[in-house]
Amino acid sequence: MMNNTFYSEILTDHNLRPEHKHELECANFSHEGINPSCGDDIVLNLLIEDGVIKDGSYTGSGCAISQASADIMLDLVIGRTTEDAKRLSEIFLRMIKGEITNEELEELEEAGALQDVSHMPARVKCAVLGWHTMENIIKQFEEQIK
Amino acid sequence: MSRNILTARADFPVFEEYPGLVYLDNSATQQKPRQVLEAVRKYYSFENANPLRGLYDLSVKATDAYENARRAVRGFINAREDCEIIFTRNATESLNLVAYSYGRANVNEGDEVIVSIAEHHSNMLPWQLLCKEKGAVLKYLECDEKGEFTEEALSALLSERTKLVAVTQISNVLGRLNPIRRFAELCHKAGAVIVCDGAQSVPHIPVDVQELGVDFLAFSGHKMLAPMGIGVLYGRRELLEEMPPFLSGGEMIEYVTREGATYAPLPHKFEAGTVNVGGAVGLHAAIDYMNELGFEAIEKREAELTALMMNEMQKLPHIKIFGSDKPSDHCGIVTFEIEGVHPHDVAAIFDSDSIAVRAGHHCAQPLHKQLGVMSTTRASIAFYNTEEDVMRFVRSLGQIRRKMGYDE
Repeated sequence: MMNNTFYSEILTDHNLRPEHKHELECANFSHEGINPSCGDDIVLNLLIEDGVIKDGSYTGSGCAISQASADIMLDLVIGRTTEDAKRLSEIFLRMIKGEITNEELEELEEAGALQDVSHMPARVKCAVLGWHTMENIIKQFEEQIK
Repeated sequence: MSRNILTARADFPVFEEYPGLVYLDNSATQQKPRQVLEAVRKYYSFENANPLRGLYDLSVKATDAYENARRAVRGFINAREDCEIIFTRNATESLNLVAYSYGRANVNEGDEVIVSIAEHHSNMLPWQLLCKEKGAVLKYLECDEKGEFTEEALSALLSERTKLVAVTQISNVLGRLNPIRRFAELCHKAGAVIVCDGAQSVPHIPVDVQELGVDFLAFSGHKMLAPMGIGVLYGRRELLEEMPPFLSGGEMIEYVTREGATYAPLPHKFEAGTVNVGGAVGLHAAIDYMNELGFEAIEKREAELTALMMNEMQKLPHIKIFGSDKPSDHCGIVTFEIEGVHPHDVAAIFDSDSIAVRAGHHCAQPLHKQLGVMSTTRASIAFYNTEEDVMRFVRSLGQIRRKMGYDE
């Protein structure tokens, strides 16, 4: 049984009033992420210039965890280098597995609100959808500049 | 012997272990009473041997236990003969047996198969695959927005090319009881056989295959108090006799040579390999238990709880119940959505209040598309639920939107 306070204000707020849920015409990378079993479906759009994520957005539908996680992720990575975003994504995925230090948790800022997903195996896929989608885009970007 | 339905909950060990659990996922699987668990334990402790072949006392005991279970199932659904009861793993396997054996032998290019849009995937995909393989045409019987399937709609689809109609007696999403007896008459008049999915009906209402006139009926033991891994296919003897085997191997043969084999008579022709005697014994005990309660009491109790649940839900804002507005049309199955909250979040919040419900597409994606939603939440009732279960569910439901950040 999960903790009653899991749906914190941070999560519900990002779900109901997402800052980054919109189209992004200037984006040079878009990638779709889907969880077929639960129907979460998002398209992540990033504008990457000189190795820096200058802007980002997402569209789509899904549960509060998948939507809030994508919105929080964009808050965190916009303005950072792709290398830094990759590093944060790796920390986030370790947090979901329950393998993270307190210093690392602080680095994740609001994304730390999803820490309890590590006790909710059925919802892991929802929480990591946006992050996996971002990693796919960064991989595409890295292949392009090779 | 009769058993009091209002005290039956005490027979279920799960509620002793988790006194705070509100279990409302009964359409997915039911909990098991100790009478069933004890029967299975007794079988494996004192009667276990490979049945149907051993020439010694213990094997005879196992065989008797298995065949007595078959007789109990025959009586429970009022089939004419024991050999019309085939034991399978579950309703899904039963339906696949019909599709692979009867379907492949009788459905050919240009023939038509009709399935209802409300079918569980297990009574839809076998027919999709069969029609693709054979070049047959698959037609869908559509319902109105309240989930009602009419005789007129079926009549309009039936033709002299229709070989088979597959339809559920009670939808696992909408809970609606379909007029199977009338459907069977229409199918037979058109020269088609009718395959009925009884997974949601057999546990909750008296089902008489002769009165319904169905050619095949499939159901699962685990949705009616019995262990997982035992299911039933009823088939009319004349049809089963003519059908080729489904799975082949041990126990289903009469005589095997280098060139081929002759098959065992019914029902063993369709029961290849060592069978699930423990499961059959558990199903037998479940049937005895349900007979002691009586369907009159089961139906009345489940109807009371369904009415309470739906009446209380209808008082809440932002809740939409799918299917009929009338509780009597739901057979204990209440599928709904909460405006603005994804079903997986709904189920997670219920879980935090120790309430078990199902969220998702309930293995009925085409029906959900028809309803215009990706997924829904489903609460489903069994006789061992209580008014307190229902009221805790309703109170938790009333708080979900607030917990998800809405003002009301």
